Amino acid sequence: MPLLEPRPTPSARMRLLSPLIAIGLTLAVGSLLFLSLGKNPVEAFTVFFIQPLSSGNGWSELMVKAGPLILIAQGLAIGFRARIYNIGAEGQLIVGALAGGGVAIAFDGVDAWWVLPLMVVAGAIGGALWGAVPALLKTRFNAEETLTTLMLTYIASFTLSYMVNGPWRDPEGMNFPQSIMFGDPALFSPWFEGMRVNASILIATVASIAFWIFTSRSFLAYQLTVGGLAPAAARYAGFSAQRTVWVSLVLSGLTAGIAGVGEVAGPVGQLNLNISPGYGFAAIIVAYLGRLNAVGIVLAGLLMALLYLGGEAAQVALQLPAAITGLFQGMLLFFLLGADVFVDYRLKPRPKPAYA
Amino acid sequence: MLEHLIPVLAGTLGAATPLIFAGLGELVAERTGVINLGVEGMMLIGAIAGFAAAADSGGGALAGLPAGAVAGMLAALVFAVLSLSMAANQAACGLALTIFGVGLSAFIGQHYVSFSLPGLQPLDIPGLVDIPVLGRILFHQDPVTYLGLITFAIVWWVLRKTRLGLVLKAVGEAPDAAHAIGYPVIAIRYGATLFGGAMAGVAGAYLSTVYTPLWVQNMVAGRGWIAIALVVFATWNPTRLLLGAWLFGGVTILQFHAQGLGIALPVQLLAALPYLATVVVLVLISRDKRLLQLNLPASLGKPWMP
Repeated sequence: MPLLEPRPTPSARMRLLSPLIAIGLTLAVGSLLFLSLGKNPVEAFTVFFIQPLSSGNGWSELMVKAGPLILIAQGLAIGFRARIYNIGAEGQLIVGALAGGGVAIAFDGVDAWWVLPLMVVAGAIGGALWGAVPALLKTRFNAEETLTTLMLTYIASFTLSYMVNGPWRDPEGMNFPQSIMFGDPALFSPWFEGMRVNASILIATVASIAFWIFTSRSFLAYQLTVGGLAPAAARYAGFSAQRTVWVSLVLSGLTAGIAGVGEVAGPVGQLNLNISPGYGFAAIIVAYLGRLNAVGIVLAGLLMALLYLGGEAAQVALQLPAAITGLFQGMLLFFLLGADVFVDYRLKPRPKPAYA
Repeated sequence: MLEHLIPVLAGTLGAATPLIFAGLGELVAERTGVINLGVEGMMLIGAIAGFAAAADSGGGALAGLPAGAVAGMLAALVFAVLSLSMAANQAACGLALTIFGVGLSAFIGQHYVSFSLPGLQPLDIPGLVDIPVLGRILFHQDPVTYLGLITFAIVWWVLRKTRLGLVLKAVGEAPDAAHAIGYPVIAIRYGATLFGGAMAGVAGAYLSTVYTPLWVQNMVAGRGWIAIALVVFATWNPTRLLLGAWLFGGVTILQFHAQGLGIALPVQLLAALPYLATVVVLVLISRDKRLLQLNLPASLGKPWMP
């Protein structure tokens, strides 16, 4: 006996409530987890969500982490609306970082204003090209983008490892797999003394506004969405399925590439093996949690950034492994998908007993 | 040359074992119409559960493999409830399972970082191991590798020769028709999905307790995704899956023997080879749309409710 029945029309209210329900359930299960680890949940959540925001530096760090998450998720959301599942943003981020980092290394010692903008452009192109590869494989050879984007992520990460172990290794870096530290012309300069927040958060902000206008105003975005919701209708209307694939993958590769430059020209300051704590994967959750909507993504990105900060704080204050952030991310997505079921379905009322 | 080639070919069989287990599990699930992109996550959960059981009980791989199977099955159960009972998007649920598995295994694994286990000794098949050349390649393997081949034979036989196999395939091809003649579609899909989870769990536990018996975060390293790609490559046919797994086992093992074979490429680029090969193989098989359409289970990935 199925417990669910389809709603006559999808529930708009449920679509907005579902992320809140998912967050609530994650916190509830999180409390149980903290209890089972012998920690006081109230204290643990204070460490996780309040403490990181109780200092100026905390807010600065929130922006540092929210920037790349929001930027990548905005790009991914375009594809997800069209049901093009780019799950390799992490790889596009790495290639963007490599391209931007390559510029920084090539022009090391050149004190010119154009070095940083050139890095951003190179990163955007690098990421877009890495996104274009699965687009080509999908449109030309029908290869599933879920698998190819992910495989390309592994290839990107081994390429990064090769570059920082080989050609681009810092000769004075005591054999650590890392490049030289970039000079000031190749870095976003911090806005405040002793804090890391910098102009790259502006890129995420501008991108969010641009994506909001793009999705709500442009005919192309409308075509993409129709292609995702009703492929047959889109074909009938003459919207090109091929273009959908190209736009989705190149655009999301481009934003991820820029995010990669933001990391190496920002908090990291060089190329090494730890340029991203999984932003490319976390951005998938941000995109869904934000309802694939430009404004929602900003809110979801801030929450996800807080989750990263909370994980770091919990490691110091509660001696919990920082990997707890990944655990919370996974739970959040599970609960979100579960709650989203009730956008299209509702609980079936119990059949009334029939009287003879 | 031959003395270099024997360890390469022998190592290929071991490297293929996790792909055989995980690939067969996914293949069975997909034949019933369920695409579970959470293989990587289930393998990681199986790997850490197996490792923890092996380390804490002192029972080694013998305790690790069943623990991995149970853990993988539990992970698949979460996926099944969401995607089968609640008809949520299968691709998204599988992705969630992978992200969750990465987080959970890293979280639990924190305890076990740099722990190591004794592993398993190779088991010589009496008589056969003395065959020149072939004996050292085929019959000097760890017991789980033989178990993988036995599992392959069973899955092949069930899908090809039994009524159960017919029912599994019917559910994947035409769930409405299967339902109409009285088969419990959802229950059968649950069974296949849980089988897939158990197989992925064994694959993960094999990696962490036998293949490289020490805990390293994210040690499955994309093998779950390669297994999914192998199922496509195999056009949902177990025999082709076995051949594909050996092919990929060979590519994986190559990096450790490259020097001996006279291949002068940086290690990082050699390590990227299996992933590159996956892309190439996917392209080769997918470009023939008709071949895919012909073999693709018709209801693959589509939620179904009675």
